[in-house]
Amino acid sequence: MGAIVAFIAVIILVLIVLAGTGAANLHFLLGVIIPYLTFVTFTIGVAYRVVKWGRSPVPFRIPTTAGQQKSLSWIKDSKLDNPSTTTGVIGRMGLEVLLFRSLFRNTSSKLYNGSIFAHKWEKWLWMGSLAFHWSFLIVLIRHFRLFMAPVPSLLHLIEAFDGFLQIGSPGIFVSGIILLGAVSYLLFRRFYIPQVRYISLTSDYFPLFLIIGIALSGILMRYFIKVDVVSAKELIMGLLTFKPIIPKGIGVIFYIHLFLVCALFAYFPFSKLMHMAGVFLSPTRNLANNSRMKRHVNPWNYPVKVHTYEEYEEDFRGKMKTAKIPVEKE
Amino acid sequence: MHDAGKIIPGLIIFAAIVTFPFYYNMGKAVERPEPKLDTPAIQELKEKQCVESKEFMRANHMQLLNQWRDAVVRDGNNVYIGSNGKKYTMSLQNTCMKCHSNKKNFCDSCHKYVAVRPYCWDCHIAPKESKL
Repeated sequence: MGAIVAFIAVIILVLIVLAGTGAANLHFLLGVIIPYLTFVTFTIGVAYRVVKWGRSPVPFRIPTTAGQQKSLSWIKDSKLDNPSTTTGVIGRMGLEVLLFRSLFRNTSSKLYNGSIFAHKWEKWLWMGSLAFHWSFLIVLIRHFRLFMAPVPSLLHLIEAFDGFLQIGSPGIFVSGIILLGAVSYLLFRRFYIPQVRYISLTSDYFPLFLIIGIALSGILMRYFIKVDVVSAKELIMGLLTFKPIIPKGIGVIFYIHLFLVCALFAYFPFSKLMHMAGVFLSPTRNLANNSRMKRHVNPWNYPVKVHTYEEYEEDFRGKMKTAKIPVEKE
Repeated sequence: MHDAGKIIPGLIIFAAIVTFPFYYNMGKAVERPEPKLDTPAIQELKEKQCVESKEFMRANHMQLLNQWRDAVVRDGNNVYIGSNGKKYTMSLQNTCMKCHSNKKNFCDSCHKYVAVRPYCWDCHIAPKESKL
């Protein structure tokens, strides 16, 4: 059900562009106003969410302890999976952000021969998401050739590696194919694995369909339904230098691609996609497990009135002695 | 805010990355390139018309060239029949570059603008350009 709603939502987005560029002639809205609004929504929205998270206090250490904690000198501690120092935390966060270590540690549980219960190392999600995120990053960086003038040589280097197959003209970029393949796999696993399907919501399917739409429209535009790239860059450079211009005759596929990208970025601050910023702010990952070495006092502790045993004995010593209850002070 | 010492620098880095395309291009006048068509060979033509329409060539010339290469090199077929019915010899150096002999002001102007480096000239010999 969620998948159907999400799919229809993406189809509606495409239809909006078709109507907008067709009869309604809303090129200026689609090519200038919406991209600017998206940029503002994305930037301010992400900053707002991060500041809002930052206002939540994290008084205690709650890291997930995925390895032996540091204790006695002769017990070997796990410096990355249960870090006790800032260096260890940086290592753990680096592995988490760049290589998705916690997905790498995934296991699946299964009954073998009907009775033997076992956990098995499960790497498909890790591989799929690693391929997806990295290829998406490379695709994004590649697009900077349309956002910059002059284009730095680093981008040429990335393109040379990405297009090393030299198939056809324009040459095939491996990252685009991996991106589409990986995002399709991530969608497929939501359909295929019953437990994952059970917990999947519209908000899980929508970004997947949207990214599939973006990748498909991009690939179609580059290799099949051609557009005039010079005009496309002219439009983008107009936006970036605040002299917006709508060149004539860029194909509708360009506006579809642009609108879907805008939808993704505008949706960003309101959705699970905020994990981009959230991964850095996860207390279960970014705190050092040093509770045994350092005292963490809850900052909003107020003074509590206590009645100690000494005071209690002081109050009732006479009665206690009469009842032959042993007392500490005679 | 808690941990402001870490969160605010993080947000500043984020803002610097997302606004990068704006300040990188600030104050630069980036003109749309206009490929020059003023070569002697084109001036002599009665009907100034490429093998296909201008709009088609703008978007599809790279695919057309790729098809030409495959047709000539793999199938030995070097006659292209345009959509206007005219016959052309499929050859980058002898057909395309005969008219567009100004590689610097024709090919390179757009290719530089959108930062593509086609590998045509890995094999083909780029025309020697006389001063126009």
